[in-house]
Amino acid sequence: MLSIDIEKQYHSQGSSSFQLQIKEEFSPGFTVLFGPSGAGKSTILDCIAGLQTPDAGRITLGDEQLYDAGRKVVVPPQSRKIAYVFQSLALFPHLSVAENVGYGISASSGAERRAIIQSASQAFHIADLSGRNPRQLSGGQQQRVALARSLATDPRVLLLDEPLTGLDAHFRETILQDLRAWNASKRIPILYVTHNREEVDAIGERVVALSQGLVIAAGNPRAVLDAPRAMALAQAAGFENLLTTRVANLRPADGVMDVVLLPSNKHLEVPLGTGQVENPIRVAIRAGDILLATEMPRSISARNILPGKVESMETCGTLVVLQVNAGAHFVVHVTPAAVRELSLAAGAAVWLVVKTHSCHVLAD
Amino acid sequence: MNLQALLLSVRLALTVALLLLVLAMPLAYWLAFTKWRGKFLLESIVALPLVLPPTVLGFYALILFGSRGTIGKLWQSLFGHPLAFTFTGLVLASLLYSLPFAVQPLITSFESLDRRLLDASSTLGASPGRTFLRIILPLSWPGLVSAFVLSFAHTLGEFGVVLMVGGNLPGITRTVSIDIYDRVQAMDYSGAHRMALLLLVISFAVLAAVYSITRRVWSPWPAR
Repeated sequence: MLSIDIEKQYHSQGSSSFQLQIKEEFSPGFTVLFGPSGAGKSTILDCIAGLQTPDAGRITLGDEQLYDAGRKVVVPPQSRKIAYVFQSLALFPHLSVAENVGYGISASSGAERRAIIQSASQAFHIADLSGRNPRQLSGGQQQRVALARSLATDPRVLLLDEPLTGLDAHFRETILQDLRAWNASKRIPILYVTHNREEVDAIGERVVALSQGLVIAAGNPRAVLDAPRAMALAQAAGFENLLTTRVANLRPADGVMDVVLLPSNKHLEVPLGTGQVENPIRVAIRAGDILLATEMPRSISARNILPGKVESMETCGTLVVLQVNAGAHFVVHVTPAAVRELSLAAGAAVWLVVKTHSCHVLAD
Repeated sequence: MNLQALLLSVRLALTVALLLLVLAMPLAYWLAFTKWRGKFLLESIVALPLVLPPTVLGFYALILFGSRGTIGKLWQSLFGHPLAFTFTGLVLASLLYSLPFAVQPLITSFESLDRRLLDASSTLGASPGRTFLRIILPLSWPGLVSAFVLSFAHTLGEFGVVLMVGGNLPGITRTVSIDIYDRVQAMDYSGAHRMALLLLVISFAVLAAVYSITRRVWSPWPAR
């Protein structure tokens, strides 16, 4: 069990500076740290690894204090036995694959050392690359070498900073399977940092969502990411429609409220939020959660029906992305078959149908 | 041709370049990686010989190394002979004189290293010393070569410092450049020319060797 309770002032791109504040416990298995860039994810990993020192707080691994501001304990990174795979991977360019994998092994004998290199290389399917130079490897192979190198040290925690970006879903899944297989016997906490919604779903375990240095939600991926409470998270989680509205009317008995879509005066019914009447409020809607109709729908449970006009259409693979003006600008995803059957085209009059609970009220 | 002067110059330059490599490495490492805000002060001191006239440097070295100077007195009491006007005194003054030429390429080299490589090494359990030996040094060898060669070449041709601290003692402190100066003073232009040309050829060969290896050194030319 890894517990952290730290504060740190950090700088993101540009001049903005944030106060990182996080108190979390990480049990064995995957935890995803999710958030947009600048949320402080890498700073957290650096603090856990000992590459950066927090301003205040404590980091404990099992019953060992790794950092304690009060007692002035700072264990240096080389004594923490915490493996860290960077986004850049940082393979040593002047060493072979086998030398990279063997770099952190503190075995007593050469034979023991070779055995560890061998088993780590086999676990990540790079045994036949051992003599190569990192520069001669593909991106996916480099990622496997970086993982094998980290895990050959028999670490107590594994930190992964977007290690699988740039891999297609298939390769990512095979590497994740190898990682899970490896961790089945070791049972150590694995912290996986990403800003990519797909990777959160691919891992599918506990997720901690961060924004501007603060934990804004934690739990299982569905619960956290399908109902974003913060603007930054909604953007990161791929909510294509982020609408600016004003609260018109609270209806606590129904658990809903009416908001006015800006700049037009169209009404939307959304779940009751924390807003007060007349307050501005952001509403997030997924492009795939909006239904399109070419006639005014009647007898339908969905509470929001907005007339609009298709401004443009673009086919992206098996998805058609429509830009619709319906009192505000909407992005709607439909299938190519739906476009054909409804004869959708730019300029067509349509009705947008949105369920109340497809509208997510954001906290900021 | 004054072979004695040439050999003396080469011996001086080699000694200084080797010693500087050892001394400049920890200094450059510290300057490249420290987060101390006052490091610009030390950087300025290291770079001083670049802008100071060598005679100024030599003058202060002479005062320090002379029989009434702090270091000179200490030396006299330790070894029983004066420091000024000796080969050792020349080496010490030259160390200062060529210091930036050894430190600068090393700093450039260390700073251009990917910091994440050093982070990776330490999270894999390597001590700072091991990281230096296994990662920083092997990846900085062009910087090491440049530091050695540039401080060698710079020391080889020094004049002002040698004249101030070493004087002009054949076989002890009369280096090539002093010899050239002497010959010009004595109107021996053809003798001076031979020595000058030799120094020119050596300097060119040394720089050509460095730039053929790398441009990532302290150089007036843009990177390739």
